Amino acid sequence: MKKNLTTVSFKGTAEQEKKLDELIALHKGEEGATMRVLQGAQEIYGYLPIEVQKRIAIGLDVPVAEVFGISTFYSQFALNPKGEVAVAICLGTACYVKGSGDIFNKVKEILGIEEGTTSPDGRYSLDATRCIGACGLAPVMTINDEVYGRLTVSEVKDVLAKYQG
Amino acid sequence: MKTLEELASIRDEQRQKMAVRHGNPANDQYTRHVLICGGTGCTSSDSPRIRAILEDELKANGIADRVKVIQTGCFGLCALGPIMIVYPEGTFYSRVNKDEIHEIVTEHLVKGNIVKHLVYQETVHSDGTVAPLSGTNFYKKQLRVALRNCGLINPECIDEYIGTDGYLALEKVLKTMTSQEVIDTVLASGLRGRGGGGFPTGRKWQFAANSVSDKKYVVCNADEGDPGAFMDRSVLEGDPHAVLEAMAIAGYAIGADEGYIYVRAEYPIAVHRLEVALKQAREYGVLGKNIFGTGFNFDIQLRLGAGAFVCGEETALLTSIEGNRGEPRPRPPFPAVKGLFGQPTIINNVETYANICQIILKGADWFASMGTEKSKGTKVFALGGKITNTGLVEIPMGTTLREIIEEIGGGVPNGKKFKAAQTGGPSGGCIPASHLDTPIDYDNLIAIGSMMGSGGLIVMDEDNCMVDIAKFFLEFTVDESCGKCTPCRMGTVRLLELLNKITDGNGTLEDIDRLEHLCYYIKSASLCGLGQTAPNPVLSTLKYFRNEYVAHVVDKKCPAGVCKKLMTLNIDPDKCIGCKVCQRNCPVGAIQINPAAEVKPGKRLPYLVIDTQKCVKCGACISGCKPKAIYKA
Amino acid sequence: METVNVIINGRSYAVPKNATVLEAAKYAGVDIPTLCYLKDINEIGACRLCLVEVKGARGLVTSCVYPVNEGMEITTNSPRIMDARRENLELLLSGHDKKCLSCVRSTNCELQKLCRDYGVDADAVGGRRQRYPIEDSGYSIVRDNNKCVLCRRCVAACNNQGIGAISAVNRGFDTEISTEFGRPLSETTCINCGQCIEACPVGALYERDDTAKVFEALADPNKHVAICIAPSVRTAIGEAFGNAIGTDTEGKMVAAVKRLGFDGVYDMNFSADLTIMEEATELVERLQNGGKLPMITSCSPGWIKFCEHYFPDMTENLSSCKSPQQMFGALYKTYFAQKMGLKAEDVFMVSCIPCTAKKFEVKRDDENAAGVPDVDVAITTRELARMISIAGIDYNALSDEKFDDPIGKGSGAGIIFGATGGVMEAALRTAAEVVAGVPFEKLDVEPIRGVEGIKFAEYKLGDTSVKVAVASGTKNANKLLKRVQSGELDLQFIEIMACPGGCVNGGGQPIVPASVKNSVDIRSLRAAVLYNADAASDVRTSHENSAVKGVYDEFLGKPGSHKAHEILHTTYVKRGR
Repeated sequence: MKKNLTTVSFKGTAEQEKKLDELIALHKGEEGATMRVLQGAQEIYGYLPIEVQKRIAIGLDVPVAEVFGISTFYSQFALNPKGEVAVAICLGTACYVKGSGDIFNKVKEILGIEEGTTSPDGRYSLDATRCIGACGLAPVMTINDEVYGRLTVSEVKDVLAKYQG
Repeated sequence: MKTLEELASIRDEQRQKMAVRHGNPANDQYTRHVLICGGTGCTSSDSPRIRAILEDELKANGIADRVKVIQTGCFGLCALGPIMIVYPEGTFYSRVNKDEIHEIVTEHLVKGNIVKHLVYQETVHSDGTVAPLSGTNFYKKQLRVALRNCGLINPECIDEYIGTDGYLALEKVLKTMTSQEVIDTVLASGLRGRGGGGFPTGRKWQFAANSVSDKKYVVCNADEGDPGAFMDRSVLEGDPHAVLEAMAIAGYAIGADEGYIYVRAEYPIAVHRLEVALKQAREYGVLGKNIFGTGFNFDIQLRLGAGAFVCGEETALLTSIEGNRGEPRPRPPFPAVKGLFGQPTIINNVETYANICQIILKGADWFASMGTEKSKGTKVFALGGKITNTGLVEIPMGTTLREIIEEIGGGVPNGKKFKAAQTGGPSGGCIPASHLDTPIDYDNLIAIGSMMGSGGLIVMDEDNCMVDIAKFFLEFTVDESCGKCTPCRMGTVRLLELLNKITDGNGTLEDIDRLEHLCYYIKSASLCGLGQTAPNPVLSTLKYFRNEYVAHVVDKKCPAGVCKKLMTLNIDPDKCIGCKVCQRNCPVGAIQINPAAEVKPGKRLPYLVIDTQKCVKCGACISGCKPKAIYKA
Repeated sequence: METVNVIINGRSYAVPKNATVLEAAKYAGVDIPTLCYLKDINEIGACRLCLVEVKGARGLVTSCVYPVNEGMEITTNSPRIMDARRENLELLLSGHDKKCLSCVRSTNCELQKLCRDYGVDADAVGGRRQRYPIEDSGYSIVRDNNKCVLCRRCVAACNNQGIGAISAVNRGFDTEISTEFGRPLSETTCINCGQCIEACPVGALYERDDTAKVFEALADPNKHVAICIAPSVRTAIGEAFGNAIGTDTEGKMVAAVKRLGFDGVYDMNFSADLTIMEEATELVERLQNGGKLPMITSCSPGWIKFCEHYFPDMTENLSSCKSPQQMFGALYKTYFAQKMGLKAEDVFMVSCIPCTAKKFEVKRDDENAAGVPDVDVAITTRELARMISIAGIDYNALSDEKFDDPIGKGSGAGIIFGATGGVMEAALRTAAEVVAGVPFEKLDVEPIRGVEGIKFAEYKLGDTSVKVAVASGTKNANKLLKRVQSGELDLQFIEIMACPGGCVNGGGQPIVPASVKNSVDIRSLRAAVLYNADAASDVRTSHENSAVKGVYDEFLGKPGSHKAHEILHTTYVKRGR
């Protein structure tokens, strides 16, 4: 399991930071505090921005790299926020042979983000999925809960345009 | 804080109130109890909504003061949820739909007429009588010890737990037994760890008791991670106090005053119930300082996992509670000597603890009277896969697989042939039909190449490819390997690569030998249980289904028709009616009308053919074919 | 010592009761192979190479952590075990780049040796492997995860320094050793001490190689190329040429370096003595004038960076003295260049040190007394050995030669700079006699010698009583300074060296395999070379070094003078974390 760092710039609020500092103060000195604080911080921020991980490390007086080692070990710790527009493209065999790879590349090009990451403004996230069982509609892209089937590369732009903020 | 006298009076009162649930007449205003399952399975099939509608209906019919609605933990028959049981009759309404509630209330709860067309049909006898849930095949052969309160009490009400002898075992232990007597009782019961390895629980406790230290810990492993296993979740959701009480008893036995429950964060309902139970237990003084005035202190903290299967391994679990990457550490030193935060620690899983109070109350002999020579008591299994009754069952050790699958589980559905049963999840193995009459216990399962594991039992039929099954579990292990030790980190990936090579049709007989050799190496050399057992799915399928592997590498065929690269889809020209539905469904345009064919007499169109070069074997054509003309070869 | 009897490979031995199987085998003269085990530092049982058979045990036994007991029967080399080790090595190689031919650790690689011993086929196991970019953005340390075997010794060594700049990240097959968020090491709190390099069994961590720059300068007819060599280099460089640990090969080292074509080959002891003059003066001045106390030594650039990151509030406590390396360069490019009629720009100053952090130090600000960097290139002991090898010099066959005069001369006080407690001892010798004007009680200052992590002592400097402490290893420094900050300890003078045991155990020294380090204390063996040389010196205090006296008389004036400050002192940065 490899986790990608996010390119979304950190937009924590003062209120969130206050909560985080309270959380750190609550657990500081407690044995096994790092996991608990990371879990609490994810509740505060929705994911674990590196700025937050660093603040936790310094606050608990543990190495930053160690905190990063922990946040990348457990699958429930998210290093990327979920985009407001969550785009997923099926790269299962049926979709792939129908050109979902090209669609994937087109989406990457338009959104300017890599697989498993979120655009710097937090608007879009992009994931490649395994077969979602909609082979009859191949190639398939889903955006939030909406399914777009029998998609062509030329249509991608218009579909994404519907989601411009 | 409650005194022992207060607890005793709560117990008496609750016993009387709950008499209805044992088929006895009520002694208070509530003549009927309606139990609705609030386990994870039924909750996701909308049982909270069913409950709300039911309560509204009760009010509307003016019987809310006579019918008591209780949200319980899991009954076990998860596939039939949402589940509703009406006592004192014990009537079992399955797959309750919100539109059916009105009828159940007005007919059954108001007038006393069981709504026969809505009850679980197996309970309706030919003479028209309706049997209680306990009379079904699913329940008849079961013996509920660990699950005794699941589906019977409200898990968020400590009084109901007390009403079923709750905290009586703790009282007995603290007031009348020495620590050594407690350990001796557990030893004599023959209880073995229900989480996997089956180490004798009493011996574990004895080691920790013998370790000299000012600080010791009692840990409950509730990081149940096997795909398809959910017995620990059900106990926590249905009877959380049983675990708390047992941990306190363990604390008394080994001399610990602090406990930790490490529970998966993926179990939100279990976590919530534990939080409620802990709060209530502290309020009642059954946890905390100076319990029952005996000077014994014990409290429990909750720790949540964060998604790492390896944390079910005991040393990894400790590392995770300590706040680090959940990587296992070598043993010795064993946790009983040097465990959590370097202190002597016992770690037992949820189901193990769920047996403790009963052993204390009913005696070691009672427990030891159940089961086989070396495996005493009962075991909970999560039945899944190709089986009619999926769900949770608790059976005495020594029950055969055949009894579980055919009698309790209702056999393999759709007339398919049983091929294998998989026990022990990613650590276990596949058991073929020839071993179906093996009485289940720890040692027998190991002898036939599988293991008890935490209790997942997945049934496979003739449509399952055993190489593919092995691959499925290996993919899981590769994803979950922590990466600390070389054999597991590198070896499992190489195993998976070999399996992929075989299912892709590129394997050789040498690859099978290589696979086997690597399996034995990984087993013998890995640091923890995860790696040591990871090759089991491969080894057991090689042992019993080697012919399937050989078919993949020599004949380049997947006998079950699962491995896509080794399979072709074909259209039977005799059955094809030329409707072209398949052609429309095909995502890759691989289906064409056979240009060479003539229209046969009696048909309007020539038949279709699949271009095997283009076909991606997605199966979209099969599902749409009405005359079932498309077949795998 | 309580013992138990064990049978190892069929023969009986009495071994210490608390020994592990691995240690017991060592008593029996059998080395069980390991990759991850580092005694007291990394005992994690991860590599699985040390598995052995123990009669009655359930499976193979992890010998590095498994305790012996009476009557235990151990087999260390059965066909089953050897097969398991071969399988293990083949799996490791399947994830390794196998570029042994160009690897800096070739012939000194623990993995390579094992593969050779066990006759491993490098291509026996195929399959996917990870590919990583080589991280070489810093001045000191290069990381190449393509060679990493994930033994975690580097992580443990870094944690043992109290830093934790690197950690295992991700999981399973994707596990790798990484910095925080995968940033370049130079953007972390890494102090460049190089203890990770010393810990690495393979070529996944190594120093940035600067030898090419030195060869280039040597070939440039317009450059005057001088080298000064730190005390600790001579304690260890012989190891690179097959000499036993703790062999003093100063004479051969000088002879070899002269054959490389340097215009001057000098002993850094000289500037160590100079450091003492300045530092002792600074100490007495702070004591007398209410300056910032405790004063802390500043010779160790790893420690300096540690202080800047972790104790930014204490940078005023640091002595403002440059390190001996920088003082040498500063003085060489000013005073000596002038004397020899050279322009500072034409002097190419090389230092050879047992230290990777010194590569970072030469690039620091405020280290350029003559308007050009005081030192141009710092090379480690390992790099010097490499240069000697490349030049085809038959090291062991050389006759001893001496450092160039007059600045090649150092005192016994200067030479012990390489061991923990040495700087303190040298400073005390001088502070008492010269500055305070009273004779020092005793020249051998025993309480602050030895490899213990934190040491305390109290001395009289005339009427003043001085409480001192010595810490080596930044983890110990951290502990000590936290106690100082909390007010628990009242100290006037502290010596801190970044590496455990001091410079003799620096991150630039020849790498000793774990199998040796686990049973021998290389720090003590190398430090003994220094203390023996000190004891044999005619001059054992810095102020009696005539070369030092000469520099003050002719150029600097007095210790602590304005000119001395301009040339020999520096400033620090508050970095934070």
